[in-house]
Amino acid sequence: MNIVAVGLNHRTAPVELRERLAVTEARLPEALARLKRWPGIDEGVILSTCNRVELYAVVKDTELGLESLSEYMVTIAADVSPGEVEPHLYRLDGADAIKHLFRVAASLDSMVIGEPQILGQVKEAFEAALAGKSTGVVLNKVVKKAISVGKRVRTETGIAENAVSVSYAAVELAKKIFQNLAEKTVLLVGAGEMGKLAARHFISAGVCRVLITNRNYDRALDVAKRFNALPVPFDEFHHEMAGADIVVCATAADSFVIGPEDVQRALHSRRNRPMFLIDISDPRNIDPAVGTLDNAYLYNIDDLQGQVDMNIEQRLREARNAEDIVRAEVPSIVMWMKSLEVVPTIVALRHRANEIQRAEIERIMAKLGDLSPRQRALVEELAAAITNKLLHSPLIALKAEADSPNGSLFAETTQRLFDLEKELQRMSSESSSEQGRRE
Amino acid sequence: MNVLFFEVTLLLYFLGTALFLTQLAGRWEKGSHASLAVAGAGFFFHTLALVSRMIEAGHIPLTSMHEALSFFSWALVLVFLVVELRYRVHILGSFILPLAFISLISAAALPKEIRALEPIFRNVWMHVTLSLLGTVAFAVAFIAGLMYLIQEHMLKSKHLDGLYHKLPALDFLDELNGRAISMGFPLLTLGIITGALFAEFARGSFLNWNAEQIGALGTWLFYLVVLLGRVTVGWRAKKAAYLTVVGFAGVVFTLVGVILKG
Repeated sequence: MNIVAVGLNHRTAPVELRERLAVTEARLPEALARLKRWPGIDEGVILSTCNRVELYAVVKDTELGLESLSEYMVTIAADVSPGEVEPHLYRLDGADAIKHLFRVAASLDSMVIGEPQILGQVKEAFEAALAGKSTGVVLNKVVKKAISVGKRVRTETGIAENAVSVSYAAVELAKKIFQNLAEKTVLLVGAGEMGKLAARHFISAGVCRVLITNRNYDRALDVAKRFNALPVPFDEFHHEMAGADIVVCATAADSFVIGPEDVQRALHSRRNRPMFLIDISDPRNIDPAVGTLDNAYLYNIDDLQGQVDMNIEQRLREARNAEDIVRAEVPSIVMWMKSLEVVPTIVALRHRANEIQRAEIERIMAKLGDLSPRQRALVEELAAAITNKLLHSPLIALKAEADSPNGSLFAETTQRLFDLEKELQRMSSESSSEQGRRE
Repeated sequence: MNVLFFEVTLLLYFLGTALFLTQLAGRWEKGSHASLAVAGAGFFFHTLALVSRMIEAGHIPLTSMHEALSFFSWALVLVFLVVELRYRVHILGSFILPLAFISLISAAALPKEIRALEPIFRNVWMHVTLSLLGTVAFAVAFIAGLMYLIQEHMLKSKHLDGLYHKLPALDFLDELNGRAISMGFPLLTLGIITGALFAEFARGSFLNWNAEQIGALGTWLFYLVVLLGRVTVGWRAKKAAYLTVVGFAGVVFTLVGVILKG
């Protein structure tokens, strides 16, 4: 028994191929059902996002399982040939496959390291697999562990801290000037794409009141309607600045639209409540002299970009700590899987010994004829004592080795020595029929 | 008994200060619960120390500089715990705990014996308590102002690292500053009035122009101007932060003068 993974991601495959192989939410149940029936696959999970398509499975034979899973991958899209897909696939097994899943859940394998979506996507993939009953003991444990590793990495390292886009960096900065953005007013000067993007970020951060002005007033009206904002005529917006806590300037003007005297006036009528001015236009629309005024905080696009670059570097540094966490979590799962192989052997060995004991007692009782209850008890006791004493050390040794890398070797040797293969087969068929009945 | 509790408190505040200062330098999540627990435990023992001292003395223990500083430190930690539980501004502890510790260790250096209270001083505790609570409020305003100036500097210089992430938003600090002043000022006013009444009653004159009284009146006038400026002409944000930092420096200066003289 082993865990294997086959997949492709944003590094190994072009976006066109990823799009063709992506398993949409609607198709997922059918794809999982098919994976469950696929030859050589005991358990399976499909993780499909815009950056990756990955299959995780529990198989009996590693080589055959990887082969089989790769074949399945090709069948996801009707119109791709194995030759197109194969070169982009990575195939992992055992500890490598587990580690890969942990890294994915921890957002270490993402295009933007530390991005928050992937953990949710792993959870969704797992829930879909649970719903489709395509997982079992092993994947349930491994995927749950991956999710908890992902959470741990997010809380214990700074991998997900700090903004990595210009608009979001502006929102983060605003939160360090104003405690409660919901009570604040944003004035958007210029209704171009950049401005709208920034406005959208502020609105989703809780800002309720947005004013929009534009040289072309019709456009201001149009955008204002979409954002549920108030349009302001361009030649009047300087008056509105006193009421604006955050000013986002993104016009296409080739000279300054806001000068220090405008801001000074606004600050005065605001009684020196701070103002946050963001200049995301090129060339600059806000006179840099504004930044020297007390209680006015001016950031231009280069400042914000610099902040973003610093945050990305910071995330990369934090990623090293995250890798340590992932590395530390893999061995316990690998050992748990090893112990899974030992436990059935122990059960089978006990079972077999009890069978022999019972059969031999019956045989000897038939030969001995009438015995007093005390004598019968003694004979049974003797038989039990011999089997127990004989089994004592092998059982202890098996249990002790269950967690070690030698676990499966010990299990196999025991199976050979005591001829337990048939016993194990019987047990697994019993348990699967029992599972079938429960389902 | 009260001395033992006092010493345990001193130890806990030292430990708390150390923990809060390491957090200021290092990553945030680690140890924040530990430092809060230590501060809480310190406050608990401090309360025990004050209560047991009161029982032993048989009157409210606010008759010596040692007792005044100890009470000041206790009230500071109380304010921190309240603000922390209400607003979750953990970093406040990194500023308040050191101040509480300094104040308590100064108290430890002063004569600790319980003084027998002359009957005439029976009601002096009211004046002392009000003045001290006013000073605690000014200390909080000072700390809010200090944090404001640091954060303001970070934002202006666009050096957005380290403390920037840990300090709260500017307007929160300004609000805290304003509230502390508007609570501290009436407390100090009442403290001065009760003090004058007491002096009139005990000595027959409510003002005799000693250093302590001049210091108190100067402080009162200063904060009056700060408060009026805030309400009328918008002395808020950076200016208010500066003024409260400078003002508290004046308060400490006066206090040290009184201690050295007396």
